[in-house]
Formats: sequence, structure tokens, C-alpha cells
Amino acid sequence: MKSRLDEQTIALRAAREFADGAVVNLGYGMPGLCANFIPEGRTVYFQSENGMLGYGSLAADAEKDYEMINASDQPVTPLPGMSFFDSGIAFDMIRGGHIDVVVLGAYQVSENGDLANWGRPGRGATGMGGGMDLAVGAKRVIVTMLHTTKEGEPRIVKNCTYPLTARQCVNLIITDLAVIEVAERGLILKETAPGWTAPEIQDLTEAKLTPDKDLKEIEL
Amino acid sequence: MAVNKLFPNADKAVSDVFDGATIMIGGFGSYGGLPINLIVALAKQGANDLTVIANMGGVGLELSSRIKPGGYQDHGILFKNGQVKKFIGSVPALGGMPPTSPLEKLYNEGKVEMETVPQGTLAERIRCGAGGLGGFYTRAGVGTVVAKGKETKIINGKEYIFELPLYADFALIKAHKADTLGNLVYRKTARCFNPVMAMAAKTTIVEVDEVVPVGQLDPEAIITPHVYVHRIVEARR
Repeated sequence: MKSRLDEQTIALRAAREFADGAVVNLGYGMPGLCANFIPEGRTVYFQSENGMLGYGSLAADAEKDYEMINASDQPVTPLPGMSFFDSGIAFDMIRGGHIDVVVLGAYQVSENGDLANWGRPGRGATGMGGGMDLAVGAKRVIVTMLHTTKEGEPRIVKNCTYPLTARQCVNLIITDLAVIEVAERGLILKETAPGWTAPEIQDLTEAKLTPDKDLKEIEL
Repeated sequence: MAVNKLFPNADKAVSDVFDGATIMIGGFGSYGGLPINLIVALAKQGANDLTVIANMGGVGLELSSRIKPGGYQDHGILFKNGQVKKFIGSVPALGGMPPTSPLEKLYNEGKVEMETVPQGTLAERIRCGAGGLGGFYTRAGVGTVVAKGKETKIINGKEYIFELPLYADFALIKAHKADTLGNLVYRKTARCFNPVMAMAAKTTIVEVDEVVPVGQLDPEAIITPHVYVHRIVEARR
């Protein structure tokens, strides 16, 4: 049976990349779902660029405090050991290399790991937020995205045509069809969604994919 | 005589904001940390040709209920009123929202200038303005539209771009508590850009949930020392 992963499953797969003890920042949109899928037995410290380290899950309606939100405007729950700080310190932390992993959304990723995730045609007033700082400052950049646009156009491309967030910053791409590593020698297809073959995924990808010698189906 | 910076209300606190002034507005962008009463007072006061420096452009009252049930007023009202000449910030409009925020509408009609700045660069430019520094080099924005026209430099083998400081005539900020001298403490993520902007304006006006007598705030817990704060308005939420 051929299927595409839904957003929850993409987030679940991304969260498996979080090592025990990692400091993780989650970008706007789909990446935020990762907070709900921390692998059992691991502790992850979520950092939010509006000035918070070590928050818990998204808050239920009854306990929502709009003065304790993540950077996607969602109220979150407190955890022992959490801290608050101002935006200046939040970005010192980010640019200074203290974030182990950032998960970002994307409109496009190129074959050399360029990222375009903030501007799109017809929406001249959207901004990059903290994306540019996170993309250059985090030790590891994971992108979660849909493999193609609504119109079926590839989002993993030879060269980004949308405005860039940063050059050569992406380490791993997780889509509804595949897990792809950005390596020195190009894009390596590591895992496929259930029922999909490497040539079928290549057909929906503009950049060249090299199937890994251990290519496997995504384990869920 | 001890200094008392307490103003009777938000209207009096913003009464001398002049046409063409540069205004920093604290908060992160949504409800938590926004000086809502000061913003509404400025909208009423009517100063024009303002340059607004804020992390986000505000979504406006209509869209705000998508963020917080019941909605809330934000600095979208200043754009809606046509009081703003230029916006400087990191998220003028949210891509996940319809393109109907007051700022995005004005921008699409060519009626407002916009300078979009990476969020960390925004914070640091304000800190430079606050601390008397002439700017800094950062890797954020290298190879993007942000780098256009800026000096670049290779430092330790990596490319950086040079960014200039930001200043304001007025900063409108939100804190949790102030003493009458102007020492401030914040609450949770409502801190965000507020302490940074408090330090970078000629006149910093703070809206707080509660004013307390001098001596009641723990000196170890004060985030913004009183030297940065000029006017205080109490607005209980």
C-alpha cells in the first residue's frame, strides 16, 4: 500500500532525531508538532526564541496562559528547571551555537542544502522571523516539509527560486515521502514512505537523489 | 525628593509623541508582552508619519481572535489609522494568516515602507543602540536579500554582514510590576523584546499590571533598572 505520511507522522519521525539531553528549537507550523513526540526515555529541552528554555507540551484550554507562549503563539506548560530571558539573550543562545537541533518548515530546499522558508510569491509582507539566525546558528538543521507543492511541483530543487533563508545550512530533510540527508556528495535518499520506490520519489524531486546503500522504508 | 514616574493614565503618558517620531513597541508580536493600553492611547492621540520598530507588524483586531479567543487590540490599529510611515521588524505579516492584516494591506497598496530584519539581528541592533555601540557583524542573512548593500567581512573563515544600531524617540513596553522609581520585573514570555527596547529609547514608557512602592521588588530579580524607565502607567488586566 502506497501512502504519504501526514504531518503528525512527519513530526514523529523528526522527533526521533532528538538525542537525549538535546536543546531543540521548533520553527513555525509543522515543526511545532514535534513537541508531542519526544522518544520515550529521552529528555529534550525546548528553546523558544521569544525567551524560554525547557518548556513542556502544548497547554490544554483550561490551563492556557497567554504570557507563556512558544514562538508560534501557542500557550505551553511549565516544567521544573525552565527559564525565561529576553529576546537578545534568546538569540545569543541561537547564534552562539547553544542549540543542538532546529526543526524548520520550508518552501524549498536545494541540492546543496540552501533553505527558502519565509517568502513566497504574492506575499511580499511576510518576514523571516528568527529563521535566518536559527539556520546559521543551530548545530543541526532539520527541515520538515511536504515533498511537492499543492500543484505537484517539486520543493526539493536544484536551485531555490524563492527568497533564501540561508545557504548550505540544511542537514536532513523529512517529507511526506522520504528522509533525505544533505551530504558533501549531494542528496542521499535514506528512507522512503511505505510503498514508494526510489525512482518514484526521484520523479517528484528536481534535485538528484542518490539512494543510500541501506535504503529502507520509514519505520513508524 | 524621591522620583515618582507614575502617570495617571496611558493617554497622558503618550500625549507628547510627535509626528515623525520613531517608536519601539515591545512584546513578541501577539498578546503576551504587548503594551496594549499604550498602543490604544497612541492610536487615539493621533501622531502621524511614525516609524514603528516592533518584532511583528500586528495582526489587527479582526485576525487576533485566531491567536487568542475573544481577540485583542494590537499595533495593527496604528497601521489601520494610517499613522505609520515605515515599519522595521522581523515578521511584518504572518504567512499562515490571510493577507488582511492592516500592515499587509497598506504594504500591498504601496502606502507604507518596510524594512524586514532577521529577528536576532533586530534584537542586537536595538541592543547596540541601547549600549552606545556602532554596530556588529552577524552571519544571519549572509547570501540573502538581507545582505544587499551591506558590508561583508570574513572572520575566522566565515562570512559576516555588518548591521547598524537602532534607536527610538519613544519605547512603549509592557512589564509585570514596576516600583515608582521605574525598576521592572516581567512575567514569563511576556519579557521578550521589552527589556531590550526599554534601553534604546530617549523616553521609555512602561505599562505594568501593578505598581509597588520602592523597596518591594527584590533587587536580585529586577530585570530593567530604573535608569531606563521614564514613565509608568498602571493598567491591571
